[in-house]
Amino acid sequence: MYTLSSKLKIFSIVLMVVGLLGLVYGFIAAPSTIEEVREFVASHDEPHEAMEMPLPGQTEDELEDDAEGFDFVPSEHQVITERMDEESHTMAEDAELVHLEHVLHQLQNKPWAAVYVAAFFFFMIALGTLAFYAVQYAAQAGWSPVLFRVMEGITAYLLPGSIIIFIFLALSGLHLNHLFVWMDPEVVEHDEIIRNKSGYLNVPFFLIRAAIYIAGWNIFRYFMRRNSLKQDEATDIRWYKKNFKLSAGFLVFFIVTESMMSWDWIMSLDPHWFSTLFGWYVFSSMFVTAVTVIAMVTIYLKSRDYLPFVNNSHIHDLAKFMFGLSIFWAYLWFSQFMLIWYANIPEEVTYYVARIEDYQLVFFGMVVLNLIFPLLLLMNSDFKRVNYFVVMTGIIILLGHYLDIYVMIMPATVGESWFIGIPELSALAFFGGLFIFVVFNSLSKVPLLAKGNPFIKESEHYHY
Amino acid sequence: MASKVIHALYTDDDLLLQAVRQVREARYRIGEIYTPFPVHGLDKAMGLAPTRLAITSFIYVIIGLVVAVAMMNFIMIEDWPMDIGGKPSFTFIQNSPAFVPIMFELTVFFAAHLMVFTFFMRSKLWPFKKAENPDVRTTDDHFLMEVVIGNHDAEELTEFLFNTGASEIKLIDNK
Repeated sequence: MYTLSSKLKIFSIVLMVVGLLGLVYGFIAAPSTIEEVREFVASHDEPHEAMEMPLPGQTEDELEDDAEGFDFVPSEHQVITERMDEESHTMAEDAELVHLEHVLHQLQNKPWAAVYVAAFFFFMIALGTLAFYAVQYAAQAGWSPVLFRVMEGITAYLLPGSIIIFIFLALSGLHLNHLFVWMDPEVVEHDEIIRNKSGYLNVPFFLIRAAIYIAGWNIFRYFMRRNSLKQDEATDIRWYKKNFKLSAGFLVFFIVTESMMSWDWIMSLDPHWFSTLFGWYVFSSMFVTAVTVIAMVTIYLKSRDYLPFVNNSHIHDLAKFMFGLSIFWAYLWFSQFMLIWYANIPEEVTYYVARIEDYQLVFFGMVVLNLIFPLLLLMNSDFKRVNYFVVMTGIIILLGHYLDIYVMIMPATVGESWFIGIPELSALAFFGGLFIFVVFNSLSKVPLLAKGNPFIKESEHYHY
Repeated sequence: MASKVIHALYTDDDLLLQAVRQVREARYRIGEIYTPFPVHGLDKAMGLAPTRLAITSFIYVIIGLVVAVAMMNFIMIEDWPMDIGGKPSFTFIQNSPAFVPIMFELTVFFAAHLMVFTFFMRSKLWPFKKAENPDVRTTDDHFLMEVVIGNHDAEELTEFLFNTGASEIKLIDNK
């Protein structure tokens, strides 16, 4: 039986408090008038502005930097800029004022977007873990039952995490923030593409869908956890069989809702853009972070002698998943990128233009973190059994996938005004603290060995 | 090589694994084992050194990657730059997304083929090679363990092998 150590408890609470304070500061510090933005812009001089001035006779096309290596269509997000500012064009003739107002909206979005990225990141770890758990049941895997309680503990964050996301989306629907452009009736009025999608992209239907996904996942989670606990005391394998069926059902429900969730919650931030493999892409990110967190929590608990029945073959298997899924993620990332890059259709390629022009370091840096590091660090079979190696790689993977979510959400919400500052780090601290608190609190509630599972003997003796 | 060996046949892979452990514990030397299919854990039970095939694989991967990069650079950039779909073909890096699938495929191609050849060479296999197995039944349902007699007593060893569950024991005198 695990007991939540007071050190960890205090650590998570401190993280939450610090995060909360930082977030409050982030919201207060966000500019509310154009004057404040003018000061902000003046204090952060932008030398690249000067470089982008076209020379006489030079077209925008020629301005694209060949040296940077990516020759796309001329800066497409200027099109977005114009669209978003159409209303203000009438009010302000001055181009500078338009620009400043644009920056104002971005800076006002920034703390909200920071909360959204972190909230989604930790939520998706819990959801991915539930999917991994269901896969183990549905496949009747013999190696993993010793890790079931760890997985169940991590999925405990699903309920608070998803409720926070739902509240956030409801607040967006109430226009407290402007992350989702399509929620703004003024924008929709002037935008034919969004107008044509408004049968799907409208606030009530959006929230109903979100409620269905969240309710479904949490109901499945509740029953799977309950059956797993009941199986401990059972004399037959009735509860196990129920969980097997539930898991199969959950996986079907999950893959449909996860896909739609990714369109709704992330892809709709860029309402003009779409990618057919986006659901898979988000899923791969979710799955690899989930397995990483399972491995890290397992190693942490094992280092405290709470999991004597977990041997290094189990760690080896989790590390194999981390390795393989990192490659899977890169495969999907590249599939999405290369097709759009090759076809070079303006409405599709804007997505990557914004990312490569304004987020180059994060965008390509995350590929290094998410593919190259895990590939090289975990390639050797022996390293997959070395705990500190797995933890180190895990930290890199988590960081990389945080940045992955970051570049999914930020370009559409704060555009070129991005910066990983106090709001972002505070949001990460707050949700990280909450995650640790909820997960380890849940782990301390029940025995850490699912002793009734029919495969538990096989799992304890598992040896690769 | 003039050495006396004993061929002990077993009819079950679990029995064989157990016998291998006993033989090694009794400090007899196992020359070779012939099985109709790969027996999981046999290499560890025999105390064979871990395979180095993975290391060669890594080397071949790097060779494949280098070949692919050099090839694409020569074909598409240096020798005859081609305008495909308006994609820039001035430098390798500009056009690299289009090359990644080729780089990946050649990497896999090199690793797979060279590893197979390495494995054949390491196992001393080549076309028209005469089969080495001493008993055709090892290609069907029997497992054969070859134990070197050395300076042990043949009677004693036979007795020992019989007790490990061997179904058939033959003394082979290589002259």
